[in-house]
Amino acid sequence: MKCRRCAAPAIIELRRHNAAFCSTCFVNHCHEQTRRAIHDYRMLEPGQRVLVAVSGGKDSLALWHLLHELGYRADGLYLGLGIAEYSDESAARVRDFAARFGFQLHEIDLPTDVGFDIPGGARVARRAPCSACGLSKRHLFNQAALRLGYPAIATGHNLDDEAAVLLGNTLRWDEAYLARQYPVLPESSGFARKVKPLVRLGEREMAAYCVVHRIDYILDECPMAAGNRHLHYKELLNSLEASSPGAKAAFLFNFLDRARGRFADVVLEERAALAACAVCGAPTPGDVCAFCRLQERASGSSGEPVILRSRTP
Amino acid sequence: MKVRLRNPTRDVEISGPKTVGALLEALAIVPESVIVILNDELVTRDARIADSDDIEVRAVTSGGSA
Repeated sequence: MKCRRCAAPAIIELRRHNAAFCSTCFVNHCHEQTRRAIHDYRMLEPGQRVLVAVSGGKDSLALWHLLHELGYRADGLYLGLGIAEYSDESAARVRDFAARFGFQLHEIDLPTDVGFDIPGGARVARRAPCSACGLSKRHLFNQAALRLGYPAIATGHNLDDEAAVLLGNTLRWDEAYLARQYPVLPESSGFARKVKPLVRLGEREMAAYCVVHRIDYILDECPMAAGNRHLHYKELLNSLEASSPGAKAAFLFNFLDRARGRFADVVLEERAALAACAVCGAPTPGDVCAFCRLQERASGSSGEPVILRSRTP
Repeated sequence: MKVRLRNPTRDVEISGPKTVGALLEALAIVPESVIVILNDELVTRDARIADSDDIEVRAVTSGGSA
């Protein structure tokens, strides 16, 4: 198979683009798709500072690398989740990556700095582990960005992630989640801007990008995520994609272009109802935010400023 | 040929030689869910694999619901 652009031997075939690329043209393709997502959804200004949420997985490490390649002042924030060897290995991948490329890395360790780990927090709060993890990440990444003065947080959510989330939200016709599903959530009082620059790139592309750049990412799936619905939705969408290339992208981008606006009122109503959390001050629909309630139940205390450790390259 | 499947990691024996596409079909793997690494380089489905090659089929699906 030959590269569509230069006819050199191809290393990857992307059926939804009806194309195959050699190593050089594939990297250019990743740059173009990321640049286009940032431009089309007005995610970042050229050269802007941005805090990248890094996990040690392929998507976040590739994103961090891509943003630097595109000229952004991208620093990383790693959140240690306290999930035994999985967290130890994830942290090692992130630190090695930051040291190799000379990138600035900030860290928060959930057990040491916040007082609970994800398995324990999920058990005590009677939440699914992925729910406790997502809540902790959203809260702590946002708080860190505000404290450190980053105008935006970038996450490694890719096309497959977003399509799977959309499938789940659509199966439930969950208006609030459908309204919030967008590649950029603008900044507002108490919230840094949140951007998803990989929304035009799939999981295969991100894994391939890491292999091409010899980026050593954690291959093992989080042990807490096994069997969750999100992974099942991805399998369903991959089966659909196999028989109908481009179906995933059409599902997601046609929703974003044509349907999401119909739910806009839900977001406005939600934002109007937010007030400051009585404990930490973060915006919340109740008296005390969900994260402070989780922290109180899991560790017995809440509201203390979170410790941030920074590693200078 | 010995094929290393990653995430979870295990090795399987498959009769060769084969193309990558035929290998994935024999293993009942959806091509959209993996990348294939032959002797440390990415390859497409038409690449031919010999018995002596070092072949890895790496699953790329990941993530919780956050």
